[in-house]
Amino acid sequence: MGFLKNIQNPKWKQYVISISLVIIVSTTCFLLSDIIGNKAVALLLLVLVSLIAMTFDIMPVLISATLSALIWNYFFIPPLFTFHIKNAEDILMFFVYLAIALVNAVLTFKIRKEEEKARDKEEKVKSIKLYNTLINCLSHELKTPISTIMGAVDTLIEEQDTLPQPIQNELLAEINTASLRLNRQVENLLNMNRLESGFLKLNLIWSDVNELIFSVIQKINPIDTEHIITFEPSNEAPLCKIDEGLIEQVLYNLIHNALLYTPKGSKINVDFKVQDNDCIISIEDNGNGIPKDELEHIFKKFYRGTASKSGGTGLGLSIVKGFVNAHNGKVFAENLEKGCRFVVTLPCETSYINQLKNE
Amino acid sequence: MNKYDILIIDDEPQIGKLLRIILENNDFKVTIATTGKEGILLAASHIPDLIILDIGLPDMSGHMVLKELRFWYSKSIIILSVQNGEEDIISALDNGASDYLVKPFKTGELLARIRSSIRRNNTEDNPTVLTCKELQIDFVARTIKKNGDILKLTTTEYNLMALFFKNEGKVLTHQQILHEIWGVGFQAETQYLRVYMAQLRKKIEENPNHPTYIITESRVGYRFG
Repeated sequence: MGFLKNIQNPKWKQYVISISLVIIVSTTCFLLSDIIGNKAVALLLLVLVSLIAMTFDIMPVLISATLSALIWNYFFIPPLFTFHIKNAEDILMFFVYLAIALVNAVLTFKIRKEEEKARDKEEKVKSIKLYNTLINCLSHELKTPISTIMGAVDTLIEEQDTLPQPIQNELLAEINTASLRLNRQVENLLNMNRLESGFLKLNLIWSDVNELIFSVIQKINPIDTEHIITFEPSNEAPLCKIDEGLIEQVLYNLIHNALLYTPKGSKINVDFKVQDNDCIISIEDNGNGIPKDELEHIFKKFYRGTASKSGGTGLGLSIVKGFVNAHNGKVFAENLEKGCRFVVTLPCETSYINQLKNE
Repeated sequence: MNKYDILIIDDEPQIGKLLRIILENNDFKVTIATTGKEGILLAASHIPDLIILDIGLPDMSGHMVLKELRFWYSKSIIILSVQNGEEDIISALDNGASDYLVKPFKTGELLARIRSSIRRNNTEDNPTVLTCKELQIDFVARTIKKNGDILKLTTTEYNLMALFFKNEGKVLTHQQILHEIWGVGFQAETQYLRVYMAQLRKKIEENPNHPTYIITESRVGYRFG
């Protein structure tokens, strides 16, 4: 039945398909009528009508029910090739067939409608749940930095005469951290929105991926001094045609993720190579790895691992996945002996011009 | 000391207030307009040394304001844009904006942009020698020296460096560079530009992976200085 389900059809197509199915099946039966006899044909046609009822609207179904009854009468009930029926038993058979076909059609159609209704309801419940998770998550993740800022500013205003300078400085540093965090959360939300609105349009340009990785590391280094990030550029790498903005965000989120989930002093190594027109970037850390049962969930929206610290929304990795998918690429995570590795594979055009003759 | 006049065109009173505090504290004179029309009128009535223009204004788009201003205003215009607004930024830069800042920005960044824009306004038209940190360009001899030693550059590399020196501190879009160096018709050849930049960095940077002279502004272009 799969082939029928896939037909996204305008109404007239449903009529054409159901009528031709009835004709094809009855022609086949007619050719084999010596072997199978007319009662079996009736059963086969009934099965066909119920199958049609499972996918199509009510009108084409009723028409195929009636049509099949008439065909059965004309071609299979003696005397053949007339609508006239001789014996009483066959008349009864004909009307019983017609009744069963129609009832069957209507019932199947009704059941299907009910199922659809239930499915819609389930989806509605699911989306309400997702919405609630979002609101809970957001209000927490946005309010934490906002409270920090408000509290610190309040203290600075109220007690500026009595607070010693080092404590004032500490409060200012807290405000700074909180506002960076707030900014990152909003950025994530905007990115998520870009992904979900369907307006994400790739802006592919020739990029020096080595340079892109370096610039992301340079951006992250000042905010985190507790981890060691390393990257050995590959000299032979070609230019890759990618959306720099999106891939920059992918790299940023993955490295930031590694910073959040590994203990202080952990090493994070970024690696990049090009293989068969795939740009492959991996981010490896020597932290505690990802619990096995969480591996397949981490890219889901709003999913937070059990080791999650505050400061995340469960959006970072799902944005990574979304942006990588937009490039028709793949991303996965795997545990290593020590730590874990995220691998991003982007199919892309590459250009190996890396030395130019001058003029 | 001669105070420079800065006109801010931004409809958000909080941003205006914050900018006023920061700028006045750094000895600039500040005027604020909250709509595009008011901004254009104020700019015409007493010509400021620099304009900070928000792209998202209530009455008309910042792009329109930029276009109108550029008919007669030749000093610096710095664009304020939101995150992920690269398309806005690039189109504004290609239409005559001097530089850009992405909200939220750091105070240090803001002041650096303003100072380098004002400095560019005030430099003489045809200097023969310019210096940037350890690099020095001689436009007459067509040479570039690093710590006094002449660098071996190809003609294109020299032309790129000359363009950068003339626009020190200012972001240049890929399109602007391609157009200036290779001329019309080469605007799509960003891969050549990438390759030249990598080569150039090898010659002028201590560590090409951590460039200090030519900084990449991702998706937008390059900034020298």
